[in-house]
Amino acid sequence: MNEPVLEAVDVAKHFAVANSVGDSSVVRAVEGASIRLEPGRITAVVGESGSGKTTLARLLARFYEPTSGQIRLDGVTVAGDGIRRSTVPKSYRKAVQLIFQDPFGSLNPLHRVRHNLERAVRLHHGRLGRTEVDRRMASLLERVSLTPASDYLDKFPHELSGGQRQRVVIARALAVEPRVLLGDEPISMLDVSIRLEMLNLLDKLRREDGLALLYITHDIASARYLCDDIVVMYAGQMVEAGPKDAVISDPQHPYTKLLVESSPDPHRTTATDRDDIFGAADELGEPPSLIDPPPGCRFHPRCPFAMEKCRTTPPPRAQLADGRWADCWLHDEGRADELTHATMTERITRKLTEEPR
Amino acid sequence: MTFTQTMRGDGTAVTTASDIVLDVDGLSVEYASAGAPVRACTDVTFQLRRGEILGVVGESGSGKSTLITALTRLQRPPAVTTSGRIVFHPQSGRPGIDLVQLKPRALRSLRWTSLSIVLQSAMDALNPVMRVGEQFVDVLRVHDRSMSRTAAWAEARRLLGLVGISADRARSYPHELSGGMRQRATIALALACRPELVVMDEPTTAVDVVMQRQILAQVLRLRREFDFAVVFVTHDLSLLLELADRIAVMYAGRIVELASAQDLYRTPMHPYTRGLRDSFPPLHAPLERLEGIPGTPPDLRALPSGCPFAPRCPAVMERCHEHLPLLTPRGDRSVACHLHDEELVR
Repeated sequence: MNEPVLEAVDVAKHFAVANSVGDSSVVRAVEGASIRLEPGRITAVVGESGSGKTTLARLLARFYEPTSGQIRLDGVTVAGDGIRRSTVPKSYRKAVQLIFQDPFGSLNPLHRVRHNLERAVRLHHGRLGRTEVDRRMASLLERVSLTPASDYLDKFPHELSGGQRQRVVIARALAVEPRVLLGDEPISMLDVSIRLEMLNLLDKLRREDGLALLYITHDIASARYLCDDIVVMYAGQMVEAGPKDAVISDPQHPYTKLLVESSPDPHRTTATDRDDIFGAADELGEPPSLIDPPPGCRFHPRCPFAMEKCRTTPPPRAQLADGRWADCWLHDEGRADELTHATMTERITRKLTEEPR
Repeated sequence: MTFTQTMRGDGTAVTTASDIVLDVDGLSVEYASAGAPVRACTDVTFQLRRGEILGVVGESGSGKSTLITALTRLQRPPAVTTSGRIVFHPQSGRPGIDLVQLKPRALRSLRWTSLSIVLQSAMDALNPVMRVGEQFVDVLRVHDRSMSRTAAWAEARRLLGLVGISADRARSYPHELSGGMRQRATIALALACRPELVVMDEPTTAVDVVMQRQILAQVLRLRREFDFAVVFVTHDLSLLLELADRIAVMYAGRIVELASAQDLYRTPMHPYTRGLRDSFPPLHAPLERLEGIPGTPPDLRALPSGCPFAPRCPAVMERCHEHLPLLTPRGDRSVACHLHDEELVR
């Protein structure tokens, strides 16, 4: 295993919220999350909205300080556990850059592409001559396939399409020559036909520059296309991780299985009948509140496999082959093979009909 | 196009007038602007069969949202329907009603009872200061004056139960429900007066895949129960391929291909359809490098002459730059592409 460039170790992030009458409560957005980002590797974090994946990206970008746990850059703890810093040093920003979901909101609309890029180049590379700045900007735009650069430098963001804007955002992130890119749903607001170009671009950056990439998405098929490893999050916790094809083709956590089965796959070979595909998926339940999460395993209220101890004790992490792991009691019980027997939607429906609420 | 025109090889009519619930013919919608008006929908023609799910798929700027607001007469200036007919055929066998020409009063009586809509953002579609059940009562009693409040509340609870929302949530305000519950409530609301046609505008875009599956399973179950037809608009072709009976693909304001979901997936005839299909990486099948569709969708204010897809098309020919291909029937499907011109196919 390579040395990680950026690492989160057992991080948690709690937010205090107040309701309309002033009662405060704590939202446990992320708990017990650990992730390693290695050079030249792409790790995907998939999960529903509210699963904590964006919070995780922001913790790694140090937009938020972790409530507990540590963030390590090159093995050095930079945030968490006793370290209290009000500002993030420029050296961190130079190493780690974040790409936002909305390319419409992340470029200053009052300034041309030139200004948006030039600031990043000048801020992070000190005194550079005019020609050197221009050369760098041209090469940045070239790397994100906006050529010739002169066609784009003097455009305002509103003159560009969504895909072109997202390329400018990526070029701006690359301007500081980062070693880690954190993509928070970087393609979800783009038109379908241009999403692949963006994924191919991210893949190129990983191959050519050895960037470590975190790809956050709710689209598990795009995660499979782009990444090497997949981490699945549910209700603020990581529930399963491993090499992408293993995780998708043979899920070892009931939630992963539900997620994979729920994703549209027009290329599926079995079950071409609509009623077979959607059939039983009538009542699958909803993710829990993060203010008052269920005790034990957070998936247990929806899980058709739930046992007594799932309701009381958080499951231990089962280490599996190829560096995979899953947080589920089924492994401890030796019942993991039951995951392959039937689909989750069938199981959930069967459970609901057997024990009416 | 007449209703009985479509014939199968064995000579039996596939569609008859009574099978058609909505007949859209030559619909064009323009947005008035400072310069020349912008045509967001051009010459849109399709028929919706009773009880069918017709998917409409397109990227941003393809005209799919404009089509929805035109179909439901919810458009606001500067959008104007400049030509075409939208004929609604009620089940009762009464003569067809052209929605484009309909007076507001007559239109009101059709809304909810014959024709309803589910919008993308459930939070915006529900009144935030009214209890969810009360909004059902409102709709039910406007369209059936004889219904008592008690009966309407009971019906509201029953309808919410149909989409898996327990009766005690009827007294909740919209903000007290989760996003998925709100969207399911708007679906139940749209079905409250048993419409024959429900238009759904990206109803599951704001929810997660698990909730999406759950909502769509409920829609399919309710459709079996109440037998309504659906126009389902989305940008997600992968979802439509699983959900819809037939799919209309829109590009630059026009329908470029219309076929059954299976035909569209297996043998796309338009290069844009093919490109769109191949823009979705597979979840299980072996992975290969995919390229999407190069270029960007055209600017409706400055459409190229000829085929609007020509600048991005991998199979472009000379004539594509000169002549606009029109949607032409090919067996039981239609396509607007010069690749399928008679003399080329032969």
